[in-house]
Amino acid sequence: MDKLSLYGETFTSRLLIGSALYPSPAIMLDSVRASGAEIITLSLRRQNPAQQDGKAIWDYIRSSGCKLLPNTAGCKSAKEAVTLAEMSREIFQTDWLKLEVIGDDYTLQPDPYGLVEAAKELSKRGFKVLPYCTEDLVLCRRLLDAGCEALMPWGAPIGTGQGLLNKYNLGMLRERLPDTPMIIDAGLGAPSHATEAMEMGFDAVLLNTAIAKAHDPVGMGVAFKLAVEAGRAGYNAGLMLKRQTASPSTPTIGMPFWRRHD
Amino acid sequence: MPPDIEITLNGEPRHVRDAALSKVLETCGYQGVGFAVAINGEFVPRSAYTQTAVNPGDMIDVVAPVAGG
Repeated sequence: MDKLSLYGETFTSRLLIGSALYPSPAIMLDSVRASGAEIITLSLRRQNPAQQDGKAIWDYIRSSGCKLLPNTAGCKSAKEAVTLAEMSREIFQTDWLKLEVIGDDYTLQPDPYGLVEAAKELSKRGFKVLPYCTEDLVLCRRLLDAGCEALMPWGAPIGTGQGLLNKYNLGMLRERLPDTPMIIDAGLGAPSHATEAMEMGFDAVLLNTAIAKAHDPVGMGVAFKLAVEAGRAGYNAGLMLKRQTASPSTPTIGMPFWRRHD
Repeated sequence: MPPDIEITLNGEPRHVRDAALSKVLETCGYQGVGFAVAINGEFVPRSAYTQTAVNPGDMIDVVAPVAGG
């Protein structure tokens, strides 16, 4: 079977899904189920005891049966990310972590220096780190050196829905790190973007807004499920090489009405 | 009666009795296991709540699960 393998665990689905921004917790749960995702991201935020609204969404996320992938969204330094990671591990009882260290508020671009520093420390502390990173090859190598066994390069800035903005770099990254599990995380807006990532040989995609903010999130969950499966099947089958000039599919030999032109 | 001390809880100033973290959390209404705590940006494991002193000026963060992407 063609399964996704991350940190020694295998998964049938190659679509990882976020739990935020849905019209309601019930629609979130239905969308997650429709997408077939087996890994779901979630987070931690300050909570006052009077506010119990967070509990409902937490119950829904748990009932999805998905593996939990807590994130460190919003952290702007390695220190913040490490502290939030420890808090996540205690609450969610998992070493798995989607590591985010943001370096720019406008683009939400990862801070490569903070990312490597945090990844090193968290790997030392036994976390299974999945870093949200740019598609920079050298950064990705440093993250692997820091102990990461998988990478999550962005397709485009979070929530933009722009798709794969730097296909050259992403293609080069795939080529240079052929054995590293890589998940395209963030920026995908349409099912075709997911297909494209999978056709390029990426191992999985992670997205949230494209499904949560669709007119019909459940329907879009199905669409992304099919898109990821199609892309992976296409990759496995081997894409044809692109050509600059036309080449007829139908045989030219035996063409009727043909005659020698004088 | 121990004196009041001023701390910051989730970004808001707050007066609490000078006590261990476990007592301060209880006084502030935090019960059960659905939250995690950091003091001055350092994680405090649940097992250490009773032995951890809360000092004047401490910044305490208490977090709970939310949806995320």
